[in-house]
Amino acid sequence: MPFAVGDVVAERTVHLTRESLVRYAGASGDFNPIHYRDDVAAAVGLPGVLAHGMLTMGIASSVVVAALEPGTEILDYGVRFTKPVVVDPAAGADLHVLATVGAVDDSSTRIDLKVTFDETTVLVKAQLRVAS
Amino acid sequence: MNQELVGREFPPTPPYLVGREKVREFARAVFADAPMHTDVEAARAAGFADVVAPPTFAMVIQDLTLQQLLGEPDSGIVLARTIHAEQRFAYTRPIVAGDELTGRLSVTGIRMMGGNAMITSAAEITDAEGAHVVTATSVLLVGAEEGAQ
Repeated sequence: MPFAVGDVVAERTVHLTRESLVRYAGASGDFNPIHYRDDVAAAVGLPGVLAHGMLTMGIASSVVVAALEPGTEILDYGVRFTKPVVVDPAAGADLHVLATVGAVDDSSTRIDLKVTFDETTVLVKAQLRVAS
Repeated sequence: MNQELVGREFPPTPPYLVGREKVREFARAVFADAPMHTDVEAARAAGFADVVAPPTFAMVIQDLTLQQLLGEPDSGIVLARTIHAEQRFAYTRPIVAGDELTGRLSVTGIRMMGGNAMITSAAEITDAEGAHVVTATSVLLVGAEEGAQ
């Protein structure tokens, strides 16, 4: 794959709504109520209903995979969850994903993901490595 | 936190049959719009037997293993105080519809930070032939008990 360090692989803004969270809950089997009930989120001291961390992680890789050649081998993918994504019941939340090439060696390309919500980085050390 | 959890291994989870519609449902939920996730012909053209699950689908199998850990009477893990801090996947191959997957969890580390515990566990996910598909590693942060001395 002819990638060079610093190349932008993909960039996309994904608009999340409460429906997105319910859909992910059903698809994944994660029915923690902090992802769809305001009263439960408030009771445990959260600023609001949050997107599942795994939804954010999944969206970030979706943006990358859509930009790769079909059949590109993914070697590994990891993230640290740092800040929550609060999804307003009316306005939703915009998640911005920017994927750039962080490193290239003989066997693999490391793609670094910058994922932000409201100008705040929500994933750190978000890296997906593909076979070269 | 129960330090004796480190090194504990759990029995394999019952086989999970990956359905084509489940892959499509999951792909839609994570905004995965590459055609190979939903279109069988596109998946075959890319070299796969059937639709390809998005990379984080492995969490569905890993979650079955984490339920085993949370269900341990001596785990000391209280869900209401637990935060998903870190997640990693190391792939041998992607998951495709038709796979029959089994997860086997082991607790690989516990690190105490103040009153909080960081628990690392790894779920090795294998197919019906016993071949490795993906290893899913989670770090769970379990907060200090309120009112703890």
